[in-house]
Amino acid sequence: MEFQAKELFAKHGVATTLGVVAETPEAARAAAEEMGGVTVVKAQVKAGGRGKAGGVKIAKTADEAESYARDIIGMEIKGLRVNRVLVTPATPPVEEYYFSFLLDRSNRSHLCIASVEGGVEIEEVAKTNPEAVRQIRIDAIEGVTPEKAAAIVDEAKFPAELRDQAIEMVQKLWKVYVEEDATLVEVNPLARLEGDKLEALDGKVSLDDNASEVRHPDHEQFEIREEADPLEAKAKDKGLNYVKLDGEVGIIGNGAGLVMSTLDVVAYAGEAHGGVKPANFLDIGGGANAQVMADGLDVILNDEQVKSVFVNVFGGITACDEVANGIKGALEILGDSATKPLVVRLDGNNVDKGRAILDELNHPLVTQVDTMDGAADKAAELAHQA
Amino acid sequence: MSIYLNSDSKIIVQGMTGGMGAKHTTLMVESGANIVGGVNARKAGTTVELGGKELPVFGTVEEAMKETGANVSVAFVPPAFTKDAAIEAIDAEIPLLVVITEGVPVLDTAEVVQYLEGKSTRMIGPNCPGIITPEESLAGITPHTIAGKGPIGLVSKSGTLTYQMMYELKDFGFTTAIGIGGDPIIGTTHIDALEAFENDPETKAIVMIGEIGGDAEERAAAYIKDNVTKPVVGYVAGFTAPEGKTMGHAGAIVSGSSGTAQAKKEALEAAGVKVGKTPSETAALMREILQAL
Repeated sequence: MEFQAKELFAKHGVATTLGVVAETPEAARAAAEEMGGVTVVKAQVKAGGRGKAGGVKIAKTADEAESYARDIIGMEIKGLRVNRVLVTPATPPVEEYYFSFLLDRSNRSHLCIASVEGGVEIEEVAKTNPEAVRQIRIDAIEGVTPEKAAAIVDEAKFPAELRDQAIEMVQKLWKVYVEEDATLVEVNPLARLEGDKLEALDGKVSLDDNASEVRHPDHEQFEIREEADPLEAKAKDKGLNYVKLDGEVGIIGNGAGLVMSTLDVVAYAGEAHGGVKPANFLDIGGGANAQVMADGLDVILNDEQVKSVFVNVFGGITACDEVANGIKGALEILGDSATKPLVVRLDGNNVDKGRAILDELNHPLVTQVDTMDGAADKAAELAHQA
Repeated sequence: MSIYLNSDSKIIVQGMTGGMGAKHTTLMVESGANIVGGVNARKAGTTVELGGKELPVFGTVEEAMKETGANVSVAFVPPAFTKDAAIEAIDAEIPLLVVITEGVPVLDTAEVVQYLEGKSTRMIGPNCPGIITPEESLAGITPHTIAGKGPIGLVSKSGTLTYQMMYELKDFGFTTAIGIGGDPIIGTTHIDALEAFENDPETKAIVMIGEIGGDAEERAAAYIKDNVTKPVVGYVAGFTAPEGKTMGHAGAIVSGSSGTAQAKKEALEAAGVKVGKTPSETAALMREILQAL
């Protein structure tokens, strides 16, 4: 979110105005009173187009700030509920520019995008005036040296009187990108204020989860839990790789690719069964032991939308008998709280032993189907009938 | 024949003495792959018994190569140290480096990939199951028991989908199956593998498995159209993935209209690739092609 991006900007010396985050209209009023003069009240959500959605207002007085905050807090922008606003002193820009560093997957490197025609959606500028949007490849080993920063500023044609300031800011933004392990650092608008001062007026930072895990324990503070889906939050607490979707067939599988594929296969199968859809993505990874399986089932069975569950495991390294024992153990752990039918498809390593364990268990909720397509069809059918 | 890996491959393991490393070194030895040693600076000079084979531990990749003639390294080192391990292997001029490690910071991978430019090393991964040439060699974690030797070349972003597809087509078998990994930046790409399979006389047809995110499949489609004469069958996972959410693999995220499964499928079909809706339909398409050959 904007206020978090600005915190990271400030940490690395990028000129910006932090403002005050307010979760109530009263707090917004107090912040505006403290600042005095004209303020801007901005919705804080992880979505672009906040202005267009009515989530950014200029308040002439503290009364107005309070009233706008009342309108904005609780509104939805692109499906996200606004829980807080950022109040900053209004600093009308003289000119607006665009600047970003981002991961360029296609070229397997980093890219800088800069334009002196900023303030609006950069995609629009790229369409209408592609010459004005400069794309500059960054060497992943050398990074942004002072010479490179100067080259970027000159290439983007920043005004001469801002050149030195811009070069300094580009280097600091690169520090944000590298030192925080970001995959996107975007400033839009990068504003020229009265007195030829450059400032990051609004921004966005995306962080690399892998790097946060490895070397940025402090990044956890940016995770705002109240906005996560409650089931996603629960899954995260248990260390599960879970994404909630809108559907009726709960999915558990091993390996990200296979689980994604399972969702697709269930969606196709659902077309013949009243249009039921997959309810979630859940990858239990390689070690599918009883506890992980129980945790996964627990999250999925707590999803009220779920009518049936499809467990799809291909035993590569994982042995199917371990998975079968995992399901058995999970059903024991869950006891009476397991109430929805389970369709299980096991294949691969030790499949015969695995299937035998489930045959012997003979649990009323468990149906075994040998193929992925057949099992998806069965799970969709059961979800539709329920 | 095969690509990148064959019965002459001599393999060392970086991180052989760690949990994952030891487990999979054992499995590689049991598969019949020629594992010749491992690297761990703190345990240099010792030996470790894995899979019934006494394996020497060396201080550096360079030393291991000199002593054993190794030409492949498989890395299982933790994500925080993967960059250094990869650079060490590249500096030692190892011909093939397979990085299995999941969770490597993408800035580190970007540096390594840049470092590879102009060097003699081919890197596969990170975050991948590695490469298998059935009945010849295994550098990675793909179970060697799924399928035997045959006419199909397989390249995939996903590990378990690699296994699933090998299983579906086990009656035909594979020249080589490569999991290139699901991260946003990887060493060996779909295009690299397609080029190698095109040049491999034993490979008669190619299965290419992709997933949402990035534009690697679209680029591969363009490459196939201009350069690949062998039949290619494709599969793309993630049609039902919602926008903006990472689906397990760090690289599997749809942003806007770019990176969708639908766009990838259309690009592949426009290049003459038959694309299956499900893994089993994809296997059926390949079956038809092979039966007609």
